[in-house]
Amino acid sequence: MSPTTMPLPTPEQLISRLADQLSPTLGPDLALVGIHTGGVWVMDALAERLGRDLPRGVLDISFYRDDFSRIGLHPQVKPSDIPFDMEGRRVLLIDDVLYTGRTIRAAMNILFDYGRPAAIRLAVLVDRGGREMPICPDFVGAHLELAEHENIALTRADDGTLGFKVNQRT
Amino acid sequence: MKNNLQLTEDGRLKHLLSLDGLPARILTQILDTAASFVAVGEREVKSVPLLRGKAVFNIFFENSTRTRTTFEIAAKRLSADVVNLNINASSQSKGETLLDTVANLSAMHADMFVVRHAAAGAAHLIARHVAPHISVVNAGDGRCAHPTQGLLDMFTIRHFKGGFHNLRVAIVGDVLHSRVARSQIHGLTTLGCPEVRVIAPKTLLPRDVGNLGVHVYHNMEQGLKDVDVVMMLRLQNERMQGARLPSAGEFYKHWGLTTEKLRYAKPDAIVMHPGPMNRGVEIDSEVADGPQAVILAQVTFGIAVRMAVMSILAGN
Repeated sequence: MSPTTMPLPTPEQLISRLADQLSPTLGPDLALVGIHTGGVWVMDALAERLGRDLPRGVLDISFYRDDFSRIGLHPQVKPSDIPFDMEGRRVLLIDDVLYTGRTIRAAMNILFDYGRPAAIRLAVLVDRGGREMPICPDFVGAHLELAEHENIALTRADDGTLGFKVNQRT
Repeated sequence: MKNNLQLTEDGRLKHLLSLDGLPARILTQILDTAASFVAVGEREVKSVPLLRGKAVFNIFFENSTRTRTTFEIAAKRLSADVVNLNINASSQSKGETLLDTVANLSAMHADMFVVRHAAAGAAHLIARHVAPHISVVNAGDGRCAHPTQGLLDMFTIRHFKGGFHNLRVAIVGDVLHSRVARSQIHGLTTLGCPEVRVIAPKTLLPRDVGNLGVHVYHNMEQGLKDVDVVMMLRLQNERMQGARLPSAGEFYKHWGLTTEKLRYAKPDAIVMHPGPMNRGVEIDSEVADGPQAVILAQVTFGIAVRMAVMSILAGN
């Protein structure tokens, strides 16, 4: 079966799986940080599932991308918002899809511009392989084998339902 | 003046020379990006690595401490290398032409020029002659345009009023000599503000004011009635030639913004001023320091807006 015809798990299933892995590890000083845009959706769904009132922040990595000089500024930059003190905080960084690791590299740089976190852990809904940076997730919903020319993206319908979209890279 | 000089073939911003001719899509992109930079300015570390390795040259052929400083801060917060040049004090006094000066600076591997010049069209001229990888930002040319000031004013209005579509905005004072007023009018009109007024004595209005799509008033009471935003202009003393005005005191009496005159506007109207202010000439201290003034917010937002402009240009 080729990756595109392989039945994908639903985001809801993967979020449950992530929540199960995370529950025993939740300690004090923990904050969730989602990466725009898919990571924020995952964070919100996870927070609901975990049933804990954890501080939440959002990051847009556009100002920290390493391919700025090749592709320019993203046309829709959203404000980053970290409404808690980063100093000494244990941060769970959350994204939808982990691929090259460059987004996570950028996100960690941003976190340090807010202060010195005590620890950063990484949770992703999907790890699709293809890493170019020495980055390894701590919590993974699913490992998927995707061909290099394929893209997987998290989508959200108007009613808030999450879904996956796989398409061919142009 | 050719405005498509500002855009790449696929419609992205290449130079920022004037708000005239820029589509709402681009103005909105700049304002949205600036909102993200406002959030960066509130962090402990106020810089981002976006323009690392790029060289930004602030070339000022006309003095302007504030504008030059905000451009310098903006470029530094983008991690660019910044060079400030006051040209009236250097080569031009030795007879070098504008384009020679620019060619020399280009040979020093500049990536961006921020240009202030007393002659209208100077930034356009430079934009037409620089190498393709260089972007030009107009930081004020003669009476023509001051697009980043216009943009930061739009940002300020959007911040405090939420948008433009239901607003009545009055621009007050020396419209004739003001490049700021022209940029404000273009910005407001493009972003969908339904009613832009200018309030000024006839002697301080440009002859083509009728073509700018604004309502003209010669009286503060009528002009300020029920407006949401009051944008004061600086009385351009140094540009004033001949007998356009009897005196600064006379100007204050009729056109200076006092608490009494501000009462004609809506109770929640905001008061803006591009600075530097002439207190007691175009604006009374009680208003300038009062609760409706957002003049210092304009300065703060000005840095974020200039960061947005530079980062968009450097990426295109």
